[in-house]
Amino acid sequence: MRSDPADFDLITPANLTAAVAMLAESPREWLPIAGGTDVMVQLASGTLRARKLLSVWNLPELRRIDALPEEIQIGAGSTYTDLRRSEIVSREFPLLARAASWTGGIANQNRGTIGGNIVNASPAADSLPALLAYQAELILVSAAGERRIPYVDFHRDYKKMVLAPGELIRSVCLPQRYSGYVQYSRKVGGRNAQAISKVCVAALGRIERGAIEDVRIALGSVAPIPIRLRETEKLLLGKSPSADLVAKAGETAMAETHPIDDIRSTARYRAAVVGNLVNEFLEILGGAANRE
Amino acid sequence: MTAHHGAKREFSFTVNGERRAVRAYPMERLLDVLRNELSLTGTKEGCGEGECGACSVLVDGALVDSCLVPVAQAQGSKIVTIEGIAQDARFASLREAFLELGGAQCGICTPGMILAAVHLLERKASPTMDDIREGLSGNLCRCTGYAQILEAVAEAARRAGAR
Repeated sequence: MRSDPADFDLITPANLTAAVAMLAESPREWLPIAGGTDVMVQLASGTLRARKLLSVWNLPELRRIDALPEEIQIGAGSTYTDLRRSEIVSREFPLLARAASWTGGIANQNRGTIGGNIVNASPAADSLPALLAYQAELILVSAAGERRIPYVDFHRDYKKMVLAPGELIRSVCLPQRYSGYVQYSRKVGGRNAQAISKVCVAALGRIERGAIEDVRIALGSVAPIPIRLRETEKLLLGKSPSADLVAKAGETAMAETHPIDDIRSTARYRAAVVGNLVNEFLEILGGAANRE
Repeated sequence: MTAHHGAKREFSFTVNGERRAVRAYPMERLLDVLRNELSLTGTKEGCGEGECGACSVLVDGALVDSCLVPVAQAQGSKIVTIEGIAQDARFASLREAFLELGGAQCGICTPGMILAAVHLLERKASPTMDDIREGLSGNLCRCTGYAQILEAVAEAARRAGAR
């Protein structure tokens, strides 16, 4: 049953400094809310446990995308629409722009934020495999200051993450070094918009002198957190993407993935799709090798 | 455990061009404030969880599901509801095309469909059918099967372009 809004408080600090100062006063009591696309759904179902909410929606320090010489820093309050509209994100980080385009519908994209997607920690979040593939780093901020951690270390288990009470994600940092890479992503779901993924993939690879010189394959919806296919990547590194290798990689990918049965799909189907997606990626990568 | 109770506060924004002030709990849904406090009942509640788009409105020009917007986050914004679109001469083609091509049946999804179409057409005056499908992908209809709705938006764009 829907919760009674009279039971909740929501404050709207004007800037990031004020927000982290308020969080620091009673860090375990406040729940940050950005665009509300997850928190308000919990309010609707009566499962929102926090009673005091602190709005970080539209804070100027969080809603910006900065291109630095070595990396781009995406403010955690950037919406999916902001990501899709960003020229540099679309050009240099197409895996992220594409994931933004198939998250929810347009109204969700206008409110849902990249930082919110990370802390909501859904195993099916479409944007998170792209962050793994690009080796993103996160800047976390609290009243005590900032710290920077690799995104790969952020999610520890289902909905468990290394965010301390009173801490917010400030920025998602993506290193600008992926020109010359083949970039592949795909969402497999009931439909692209609105539907939650059965499997989603973001992969990067680079061929040099006919061999796979670098490769990352990241998946969502197949484990409690987004994962990299480390065994498959190890198998591929340094080899030429021959038909034999492609087939072996598909099998390895299926073997190292342990998805579950749920309302959206079955473990068996998901594992088969993982194998097929890896094969499709490698065929495209192989095409790039042939054009070299 | 003692529940924390928020107090009502005053919020003000522009709705369909008029300054409005309401007293509301800050976590009240914009949807409820529009319907119950401002009697703008053209905005409908469908799923109440951001899946169906029946409660679509524009906030500062952006299409949003008003069931997912706490009213405190709408403070100071410019809101446009279906009642605002109904009086806007720029969208006459859209209203006519929905009427003529069967874009509305039971009507519950129609305000949201129109708002999503307005949001799309303001950004792309001559959308492709794929653009229209994407622009309306967050709006569900259980009557029409969608074809008439998509065609109505395409026709509205053609007519607006011809004017």
